[in-house]
Amino acid sequence: MARNTNIVQSIDKLTVLLVFLLSIFGWCNIYGASYTPESTNMFDFANYAGKQFVWMLTAIGIATIILIIDHKAYEYFAYIIYAIAIIVLIITPIVTHSVTNGVKGSYSFIPIGPLKLQPAEFSKFAIALALAKYMGRQEYKIENWRDLIVPALIILVPMFIIMVPQKETGTALVLASLIFVLYREGMSGYVLLAIFALALLSVIVIKYNNAPLPLGTGDFGFLICMILLLSIEFFHLLIKQRKTKEALIMLGGVVAIYGISLIINIWKTVNFNIISAVVVVVAAIFLAIITYKYRLKYSYLLVFFNIIMIVYCSLCNYAFEKILLPHQKNRIEQILGIIDDPSGVGYNSLQAKIAIATGRITGKGFHEGTQTQMKYVPEQHTDFIYCTVGEEWGFIGTVGVLILYTWLLIHLIKMCERQRNKFSRIYGYSVVSILFFHVAINIGMVIGLLPIIGIPLPFFSYGGSSLWGFTILISIFLKLDTERVNEL
Amino acid sequence: MLNDKNYYRNNVIIGIIVVVIIIYIVQLFRLQVLENDLNQVNTAVMRQTIYPQRGLIYDRDSTLLVYNQPAYDITLIMNEMRKKDDYRFDTIAFCNILSIDTANFNKKIKIIKKSKGYSPNTPQTFMTQLQSENIATLQELLHKFHGVYIQNRTIRNYTYPYAAHVLGSIGEVSQEDINKDNYYASGDYSGRDGIEKTYEKELRGEKGARFLMRDNKGVIQGAYKDGANDIPSVAGQNLQLTIDIELQSFAEQMLAHKVGSIVAIEPNTGEILVLASSPTWDPQLMVGRQRNKTYSELNQDPTKPLLNRALSSAYPPGSTFKTLGALVALQEGAITENTFFPCSGPGSTPIKCTHHHGSPNSLLKGIEQSCNPYFWYTYKAYLEKNGYGKNNEIFRQQYDKWRNAIMNFGLAGIFKDSDIGPHNTGGIYRSNSYDIIYGKTGWRALTIRSNSIGQGEITVTPLQMANYTAAIANEGYYITPHLNRADSMKTRIHDTGVEKKYFSVVKEGMRLVMVNGTGRHHAVNGIDICGKTGTAQTGGGRKDNSLFIAFAPKDNPKIAVAVVVEHAGFGATWAAPMGTLVIEKYINDTLTTAHEEKYKNLCNSVTNSNVIERKRQ
Repeated sequence: MARNTNIVQSIDKLTVLLVFLLSIFGWCNIYGASYTPESTNMFDFANYAGKQFVWMLTAIGIATIILIIDHKAYEYFAYIIYAIAIIVLIITPIVTHSVTNGVKGSYSFIPIGPLKLQPAEFSKFAIALALAKYMGRQEYKIENWRDLIVPALIILVPMFIIMVPQKETGTALVLASLIFVLYREGMSGYVLLAIFALALLSVIVIKYNNAPLPLGTGDFGFLICMILLLSIEFFHLLIKQRKTKEALIMLGGVVAIYGISLIINIWKTVNFNIISAVVVVVAAIFLAIITYKYRLKYSYLLVFFNIIMIVYCSLCNYAFEKILLPHQKNRIEQILGIIDDPSGVGYNSLQAKIAIATGRITGKGFHEGTQTQMKYVPEQHTDFIYCTVGEEWGFIGTVGVLILYTWLLIHLIKMCERQRNKFSRIYGYSVVSILFFHVAINIGMVIGLLPIIGIPLPFFSYGGSSLWGFTILISIFLKLDTERVNEL
Repeated sequence: MLNDKNYYRNNVIIGIIVVVIIIYIVQLFRLQVLENDLNQVNTAVMRQTIYPQRGLIYDRDSTLLVYNQPAYDITLIMNEMRKKDDYRFDTIAFCNILSIDTANFNKKIKIIKKSKGYSPNTPQTFMTQLQSENIATLQELLHKFHGVYIQNRTIRNYTYPYAAHVLGSIGEVSQEDINKDNYYASGDYSGRDGIEKTYEKELRGEKGARFLMRDNKGVIQGAYKDGANDIPSVAGQNLQLTIDIELQSFAEQMLAHKVGSIVAIEPNTGEILVLASSPTWDPQLMVGRQRNKTYSELNQDPTKPLLNRALSSAYPPGSTFKTLGALVALQEGAITENTFFPCSGPGSTPIKCTHHHGSPNSLLKGIEQSCNPYFWYTYKAYLEKNGYGKNNEIFRQQYDKWRNAIMNFGLAGIFKDSDIGPHNTGGIYRSNSYDIIYGKTGWRALTIRSNSIGQGEITVTPLQMANYTAAIANEGYYITPHLNRADSMKTRIHDTGVEKKYFSVVKEGMRLVMVNGTGRHHAVNGIDICGKTGTAQTGGGRKDNSLFIAFAPKDNPKIAVAVVVEHAGFGATWAAPMGTLVIEKYINDTLTTAHEEKYKNLCNSVTNSNVIERKRQ
């Protein structure tokens, strides 16, 4: 049975150290970012640094409580905690709306006294617990499609609530990162690959969607997608099925159709979107006939894949044009270089990049960041805190922070793998996925590689809710980890 | 350990994390380590140039000639002028204050935006060199116009309305200047001509910079690092000229309503005391916003006031050249001071004499009476000393020797080590040039006889005339004529190649010119002046140029003068009185009452009615 081990001895000290380092360095940068000539004390509660100090102290208190509670409670109450979290998430927009009357379009916080708690930040650990409990069952098999639907719902339900009624798209997207957990637990790697491929395809479709063709009418992006599709079919025939003759017939047919269209285009403007669609359909039928004729395997899957791809391309365009909010669309267009408006949509992104770039190698020094102090970057103490690191600590600082996060993440993965029960491991992977997604999205957006999505940098950004949320998330895992020796 | 068949996947996840982090590090490297547009700008720290005080200019007696007076430039930062929230730049009000029309405003903005190196975040010069009365209203209302800054500058001011050619002026730098010297930025001023240009590097000083913190709304929040990085400006060096402004003014006033030039040099130092060219203008008219207007007026004037005739106009030296002809012949041994040559007056051949005097004459008498035949024979004796030789070879060599001997007096060449700025070389034909005209064997001393009396193919600038006069005064050498008093030219002594002993007879001859000869009406009591008049034909049916060179006193000379008055007539009528008055003024500091009268008459006489006098009101 359970041996009575000392929590201080058995806690993973490297994790604690890394989290402390990140928090303290974050705190220093919040101090830099919230500089005003009047308030220069790091412990002054009137400024952000002082407040963050209070959040940090209370976070230690929260962590202590979590570490004292019996570890079995987390597994035992997982569904109850999840249910409470869902209820709180649902009532949050109602509460927010009743308090603010919808001012600033925010629907994501519950005011308690002077605090504005963001339940979405606290829901992450609840989701992770429920996911771990469900997937940690002995009889759980991910290959069984019913066993895939429940975890998907566990993730998608809160995601929907956070995205639609609360309008916190960034936070909702974080939950998508839990796909890594499913992957680790046996989901096919092709799913990850497919997601990556679809993401890439989306970028191509959106970026070149409205780029006109030099001849005729039609979309450049659509043409690229269709040619990509045809290439896959061609190489599939040529290499996988070794049907050289048929592959060449197909190639010849495709070239012939496009060639004839080009000639027709001299007299009458041709819509190449239609031509491409026709070519792809003809090619698909051709493939189907070949497959049937030679009794080939797998090629039906390819035909199916083709159809999925065409549908996706159309959906992707539709979603981009009709579903996304204007500012979200603008941010994506800006990062893809479709629009260039450094004083408008691109202003924040540009100012963030300037702040980081002007830090050069060694930075301007603690509290010497001029771009920071003159408030060029908006939200610099929260979502854009990494700019201060870049400006005041330079390349050394930015890479240093990245290394700390990488170290923490890899160490957490190693910790996951040393767990002796699936619950702890799945929970641990949820922590890793959420942390990684936050770090990757936040820094990616600040350094201009990703569109602007407002999510905080874990342990680093200013904010009580996010700091507490991450503290709870990681503390539960630390607690589970201390108990691993007691498991069979 | 809880091992399973998917254990390997932790490494895939680690791999994904590492790949993302590496991509981010590469992007950070591009942003921070490599130089790019983003890390070269600094929107939060604004650099403001501090303009140095331009060096002051004094005359040889430390009289202040050029100083600085506050002026104001208007600079605009385009990004700050943009519409923001409920703020809109009130162009009409702005234009009203500066009394310009909006079309002009828009045109100027368009030009600024097109110029090279334009940035919407840095101050762009909009208007320059405004006086304080023009700027006062704007200063008061400045808070209403975002992005408008008033930059303190200075403009030049002049204590005397004279010496415009010498002093030159400053003007806005061109794009070419900026490309050539990265010290300059658009809207800067630099010396465009005269001494302002020659000593630009010394006078301009070093620009400084002030660094200010500017927030995202464009509001200045104070000094950056409490001014620790500020660079103070270094004032330009002051300059003391060799010019005597009293004498310069005196000379310029005499040249009023005439076209010509007066140059005076201190022989034993090479210092230029007077460098006057007429027509001229008041340097104050080339300051600030009226510079362009004045400049284009002067540029279109048919009398070419912008031309510094003292340096840039080459004239035939006429009879003043006879002195040099005598000296080189003495040195060559072609003649001695006791060589006599005949003169038949106006009936002389091949060159007639313009004066009536006895015959035959010695060298002394020849100079005194400016006898044309004497110097023709002297010239002929020099050139034919060794005969003509086969194919004219020996004669041609001898001609080039003569030419070199003359050039040793500073003719037909530039003053390489001088600070006078661009100047004309004047000229004497080479033997090759005559070969082209006449063929190698087709020319003789007789062919080119006009050279002997300073006509023909010899031209000199007034400065060169004054300089060879100084060389005669110094008995054998001259010091490069120059304008910077601090620059000792003692080491830049140029030997004329004529021995000292040959000078006494020429100097005595020149003294006699002022006693018995053409200059006798302009002698000054108590001063031993040595002079030589010249009346050079100009062709084209116009009057002759009136020329005069002189130095004084004969022993230990203090001043050498050259005067040219274009198309005025006899040298003795115009140039000689001017030259002697300059000498009298310089040596005695005052004029006698009679000469005062003569001076006034000269000042008021008109030889060219087209000359416009440009003086400030």
